[in-house]
Amino acid sequence: MYAIEVEQLNVSYFETTALEKLSVRFTAGQLVGIIGPNGAGKSTFIKAIMGLIPAGAKTITLLGQSTKEARTRVAYVPQRSAIDWDFPIRVLDAVLIGCYPKLGLFKRPTKQHRALAVACLERVGMQDYANRQIGELSGGQQQRVFLARALAQEAELLLLDEPFVGVDAGSERVIIDLLRTLRNEGKTIVVVHHDLSKAADYFDTLMLLNRQLVAVGPPKDVLHAKTIEGAYGNSLAFLQKVEVTS
Amino acid sequence: MNFLTFIEATFQYDFLQKALITSVMVGIICGVIGCFIILRGMSLMGDAISHAVLPGVAISYLLGINFFIGAVVTGLLTALGIGFVSQNSRIKNDTAIGILFTSAFALGIILISFLRSSSDLYHILFGNVLAVRPSDMWMTLIIGIIVLGAIYLFYKELLVTSFDPTMAAAYGLSTRLVHYLLMTMLTLVTVASLQTVGIILVVAMLITPAATAYLLTNRLSRMIFLSAGFGTISSIVGLYFSFTYNLSSGASIVLVATALFALVFVFSPRHGLLRKWKSSKKELTT
Repeated sequence: MYAIEVEQLNVSYFETTALEKLSVRFTAGQLVGIIGPNGAGKSTFIKAIMGLIPAGAKTITLLGQSTKEARTRVAYVPQRSAIDWDFPIRVLDAVLIGCYPKLGLFKRPTKQHRALAVACLERVGMQDYANRQIGELSGGQQQRVFLARALAQEAELLLLDEPFVGVDAGSERVIIDLLRTLRNEGKTIVVVHHDLSKAADYFDTLMLLNRQLVAVGPPKDVLHAKTIEGAYGNSLAFLQKVEVTS
Repeated sequence: MNFLTFIEATFQYDFLQKALITSVMVGIICGVIGCFIILRGMSLMGDAISHAVLPGVAISYLLGINFFIGAVVTGLLTALGIGFVSQNSRIKNDTAIGILFTSAFALGIILISFLRSSSDLYHILFGNVLAVRPSDMWMTLIIGIIVLGAIYLFYKELLVTSFDPTMAAAYGLSTRLVHYLLMTMLTLVTVASLQTVGIILVVAMLITPAATAYLLTNRLSRMIFLSAGFGTISSIVGLYFSFTYNLSSGASIVLVATALFALVFVFSPRHGLLRKWKSSKKELTT
């Protein structure tokens, strides 16, 4: 079974094309990185397959089902910049939201849900912060809390939009280790990522986008000088920073 | 007259009792709904919907139906119109709000001036709580129960769509439906507030107590209770001033709410001005 199967995906905002004729398949149980320059359509891709923005496609299936059917089996973690960090909510309550999809209308979280939320906080090492307001945390801690919320969703497919932006090295370590553990548990994790230098180290499969599919496959195949140059243009200064196998 | 004689008077005078019950209910429901309005950054929308109720009230008079049916219809139509204009053009949301609510309001003024005397218009715009009829009081109570009940039932959905609408949409919650549910409640609350604070000032009752509560707590559930509390205090104290010094009830209530906000803005232990000054001084000395 494929975790994600997309055929002929097209997305456009008003007149501009964001993604064009994108077809790709990812088998389940791997850690996938989506890379590409700014405006390449990385976030657009995961928003489109989740049905968060209007898109046209021949097929989109997640975990073998349509997006609508698969929703509760998928956890989506938005970019940190999309959140109002002054919102009056404490860390534990933010994680508890991860239980909402399975609760349905009119039902409140129970003690079991609270216990699950606490356990998820422990997995990201944030249990000591349970009663803090979310804005009092550092960027890395905030990201860990949102990862804990995704864990509470008990999803089989996790989509993370730029989870390493504005995150300290310690938190980055915690997050990537946890993502690897989840992958080893058989879950599929798709990460929008902008830092090419660690891409080869972090992911099993990379998808390089630039408004269309440039390359997809194991990191050593995708991170070729030619493919990277094709997507990023001739920004050589940038290329030198990246360890590219040519 | 001091506050105690005011309390005594409420036991004596039936009209004052009704005024007090009605304005306390308005204080509570505005305070509760207001929390979601300010957390969603929709203060301007609150202002817009409250004004957009006016043509609905006028048309209801014309048709001889209960005026809150008309109010809900024009309030919701305006909310839909705002969404339609901002989604289908390059016009930004706040501009769409500005265009549509002023048009609805202008239409309402013209309709009302055809149908009713100017003193009626004045009362709808600014409220006249001391003239509350039993039917008004009951309507406010019923609306209050409906609105509080809906918030209780949909608390989870309101929380998640306010905090993280993308995640809510990702798991299949219709953020649009929740938005229009909130807009419906907003029109109901506005209608309930017509007599106490009037259309023009109802937005203050939505925003000011909620903002005051927001400066005091980091938990939504507490914020809602605090906000309802501030709304209630504003209503009671405002009514006292209105009754004692023969002032406009709506304006008195709103100014009391503002005074509470000012106090909290300066003295809030977490987010107050004094606290900020102190901590910035500390940073300078260390």
